[in-house]
Amino acid sequence: MSATIIETVDITKIYGMGDISVAALNGINLKIEAGEFVAIMGPSGSGKSTLMHILGCLSQPSSGQYILDGEDVSHLDKAQLAAVRNRKIGFIFQAYNLLARTSALRNVTLPLLYNHVDAKLSVEDGDQKARAMLELVGLGERVNHQPHELSGGQQQRVAIARALINDPVMVIADEPTGNLDSRSGEEIMNLLHKLHGQGTTIVMVTHDPKIATHTQRTIVLKDGVIDTINHNGQHHPAAEVQHEAA
Amino acid sequence: MKPLEAIRIAWEAILKNKVRSLLTMLGIIIGVAAVIIMVAISAGTEATIQDQITSLGSNLVFVQGAMTRGGPGQAPTGGLVYDDAAAIQDGVSGVKAVVVEQNSSETVKAGDVTLEDVEILGTTTGFPSVRDMDISEGRYFTEQEIERKTKVAILGYDVAQELFGDASPVGEYIKVGNTQIAIIGVFKEKGLVGNTDFDSRIYMPISVVFQKFTPSMFARFMGDSVRMIYVEVEDGVNQDTVIAGIERLLVKRHDVTTDTEDFTITTQQDIISTRESTTAAFRSLLAWVAGVSLIVGGIGIMNIMLVSVTERTREIGIRQAVGATPADIRLQFLTEALMLSVVGGLIGTLVGISGAYIFGALSDMRTVIQASSILLAFGSAAAVGAFFGYYPANQAAQLDPIEALRYE
Repeated sequence: MSATIIETVDITKIYGMGDISVAALNGINLKIEAGEFVAIMGPSGSGKSTLMHILGCLSQPSSGQYILDGEDVSHLDKAQLAAVRNRKIGFIFQAYNLLARTSALRNVTLPLLYNHVDAKLSVEDGDQKARAMLELVGLGERVNHQPHELSGGQQQRVAIARALINDPVMVIADEPTGNLDSRSGEEIMNLLHKLHGQGTTIVMVTHDPKIATHTQRTIVLKDGVIDTINHNGQHHPAAEVQHEAA
Repeated sequence: MKPLEAIRIAWEAILKNKVRSLLTMLGIIIGVAAVIIMVAISAGTEATIQDQITSLGSNLVFVQGAMTRGGPGQAPTGGLVYDDAAAIQDGVSGVKAVVVEQNSSETVKAGDVTLEDVEILGTTTGFPSVRDMDISEGRYFTEQEIERKTKVAILGYDVAQELFGDASPVGEYIKVGNTQIAIIGVFKEKGLVGNTDFDSRIYMPISVVFQKFTPSMFARFMGDSVRMIYVEVEDGVNQDTVIAGIERLLVKRHDVTTDTEDFTITTQQDIISTRESTTAAFRSLLAWVAGVSLIVGGIGIMNIMLVSVTERTREIGIRQAVGATPADIRLQFLTEALMLSVVGGLIGTLVGISGAYIFGALSDMRTVIQASSILLAFGSAAAVGAFFGYYPANQAAQLDPIEALRYE
């Protein structure tokens, strides 16, 4: 039985006020089930970043409803949104966004600092969990390395471990391979596949059709609305390389 | 975020920028050290004054003349005259000794050495015992020498040094104004008591001073005016009774009423109180000055925290993305500001204590480190940190996560 993780009802996002207002999103209706691996694509200005920010609870829709994991988060305040991000969402960014001069271990435990719900988790247990996560992403030997001592691919894997530490209901990946060479990019995609195989829900924003074919579904945005949804088939990205353009 | 975590993060942030953190703390360090050292100096001064005054004994009553200006064609009336002293000695019970003082300022010459504006103090035989002065060489003058207006003098320690160096002045002659005076003794070093430098004066029989240095055309009718009469009260006699007795006597002698008195009577205790209030005012002035430097230090902290918030915008964005609430961010930066001021306060306290100690050891000023000043300085430093840290912390807390993550 699969639960719905994301459900949006007529989401809009309007920037500016009065005459000069611009609608970045113009009524998005979207449903993503647990365990799905979904790509959001679209040219720049299509609203994909805005949608990602709303789905990631980094900002709020101007109107419409966003139900995340059964909870309506459309009207939460800043602090409540932060708590939702902490408990339910793991972020992977294009630029890794690790804390400089901070060890891989401390970067991974960062979300635990702000976990007000499971505050009972002791520092030792948290560290142990973080080590396990670093092991999972293949960096078990590098827990004490700082970001500048790691390659781009390794830094991104630290970021993935950080995204997973609070057992989120979904991971949002924003161009996760955008800053990486093709080999490292491939490693990261393989890692995302591995996580997906273990049941993690992943929403990935990308402008690269080739990367998008790794996923099960590609949602293409254009001018703030969903243009097309492509079903890429199940778990066989290699077979989908010949994906037909929308 | 747990407070302990906030402290750890703040500590790490401070260590990542050691030089900058130290420079930021400098204002607080100087402020706190200044408060402690300045309070220690003024408390030391106060203690020294207290000691000096109490060493004189507390059974002295000072009667001072308050001159009233006469109208046109009238002589300036009032003030104390020499005969008042004898009248107090004879007419008021409970009086042990009476000493009279009259002073003048003269040019003094001894051989090639000339000193300008030396205080010449004419006094009586009771002076050394009432004011606790000891002769180191020679002798003090006698009752007979006062009566005969013998031109003799006893030098204060500093005057003797300046006029004769290490040579013995006893038996030498000096010229005071136009008068030749024989030196018969030198006082031991006494130092400063209140505002009076006992070592830089020349002491003479009061009659000589009246005749040579403060002659008055009215003296013939009214008696020679004097500056001050010291009355030593007998042990076990109530000081207030003696004061009342002196007042009654002088009102009658001077033909004034209690409202138009031409003299004032003060006690050792009054002088102590005046001193205390002056040093207290001095101390609070110093504390204010030091307080201002604490505020300047606080502004320095605010400045650096604002820079730090801007520099770490991306870090703030990352923390927000992984779930830091505005309150978490505020706590983090407020803790950092507080830690800068508290660590600065601690260093300042160490600098202040050792500074006050070294200052006391190296100079002839006494310093007394006050626990209250340490608490005050340290408390103000923490308050300054909290006050000036709040605004930058709040700026950080208000950042939009998307903007912050985009910040390069």
